[in-house]
Amino acid sequence: MNLIKFLDEFTSENLAKKGASRRDAFSTFSSLGKKAAIAAVPFGMAAASNKAKAATMFQSDDAVNALQLALTLEYLEASFYLQALDSNVLDQDGTGKANAIYEQISMHESAHVTLLQDTLMDLGETPTAEPTFDFTAGGTFDPFNTNNPDAYAQLLALAQAFEDTGVRAYKGQAGALIGNDNLLTAALQIHSVEARHASEIRRLRGLQGWITLDQRGPNMPSVTQDVYNGEENLNQGGVDVSTLGDESPFTAEASSQAYDEILTGDEAVAIASLFIE
Amino acid sequence: MKNKKVKVESLTTKKGNKRRQFLKMSGLALAGSGLLLSCSDDDDFTEPNPDPDPELFDLGGGDLGVLNYAYALEQLEADFYTKVLNGSYWSGAAMEEKQILEDLYNHEVNHREFFKAALNTNFDAEVVLPESLEFDFSSVDFSNRDSVLSTAQLLEDTGVKAYNGAGKLIETAAYLVIAGKIVSVEARHAAAIRSIRGNEMDNFKLFAGDDIVDPITGLDGAENPSVIIDAAGGFIVTPFTANQLP
Repeated sequence: MNLIKFLDEFTSENLAKKGASRRDAFSTFSSLGKKAAIAAVPFGMAAASNKAKAATMFQSDDAVNALQLALTLEYLEASFYLQALDSNVLDQDGTGKANAIYEQISMHESAHVTLLQDTLMDLGETPTAEPTFDFTAGGTFDPFNTNNPDAYAQLLALAQAFEDTGVRAYKGQAGALIGNDNLLTAALQIHSVEARHASEIRRLRGLQGWITLDQRGPNMPSVTQDVYNGEENLNQGGVDVSTLGDESPFTAEASSQAYDEILTGDEAVAIASLFIE
Repeated sequence: MKNKKVKVESLTTKKGNKRRQFLKMSGLALAGSGLLLSCSDDDDFTEPNPDPDPELFDLGGGDLGVLNYAYALEQLEADFYTKVLNGSYWSGAAMEEKQILEDLYNHEVNHREFFKAALNTNFDAEVVLPESLEFDFSSVDFSNRDSVLSTAQLLEDTGVKAYNGAGKLIETAAYLVIAGKIVSVEARHAAAIRSIRGNEMDNFKLFAGDDIVDPITGLDGAENPSVIIDAAGGFIVTPFTANQLP
């Protein structure tokens, strides 16, 4: 949990605030206590190695924070799909379809981990370490156990929650990457892949590929509701898009489906934290 | 199952709501049919124009250019799904496909109207892309399932690449976020259409197949506007230029 708490601090505004120097940020990490200080070491080293650039690092700090958050979420997804494929639970569908879908998604998530690690290292930053995940969420789920009759349903429900979270979380970090064209484009290219995944997992569960209002959908555990809160938003850039016409494209349902909403870094971390020991 | 009535909007062009816009459309229509419009007696066109192709609408640069570009793409998609829902394949399609295509129609029309509203709220009408671009879908057989679904897949995948490539051109964070809100829905669409088609081919990975998502990097496509406009050119009748976009 210490790492995610640390990330939580890192993504919250008081740390990334413009005007705070890297040194200030580092001393704030140090005050978080022993465990957090250990977790902060890689960042501390990165800060030291970038001292010379400190004066111009503020905008880039936001970008690095965004990439570290993305990496944490990708670790979570990559680990989840690898364990899912190892579990044999997916064979329960009898067609090989679920297994094929998870194989394809797993390949992408593992590639995203590598890409983000490489990108951070290219920037002179140390990629955050992989946390220890608990996909039982403290005993709520038992998704990799073939003796659990609900394992298959839980595997699919968790995948939906992770993918829909990923889409919203990347979107929430886009603003931090403005001005870093290559990073922004790569993040967008990951973001749309997460959306493809989300659509397919939802369809595998018998839902539509898109999110209606703030509905998590039938048979989704209530603990996943935070993934969907806010998706009912109809206001896009000051325009209530349900008022732009009076036919089927402008119902509240269609108007909410047509736009996915963001999660802030803090919101994404709170969701991921449910699955981190 | 939703019970709402689908009313597919008329394809006829709303004309003459603004004199200036009407003239702009006339110019476009004539340019599109290969005729040159002489406007020397029309004082609407006497103001200096640095545009090298004054008879053509240029999307513009910066946020305006990107929003006009997105508006053009959403018009294209909305027009396609309008024709799908007026076609015989859709009316006789299986329930699941019918619902998906109706949802896609709804979303794309909503996107189109969003861009129209956003552009007209934030920019002078003269620089906003006209609202009824003309498209040519004569290459699509709207009575044929595969023709419709393969075109839908192409348009959705193209939309994803277009938004992914345009993100870096957006200057205002709020617009970038909205583009992000839309592109992920386009990607959900693309995956759903691919999923339907993949199921029949026993290709359960087509929703994010290696043909569209790089299997080594796990990245979707991203293309500049010039590439996308070239690719979509076969469908676009009303000519416009994108001289200020890469």
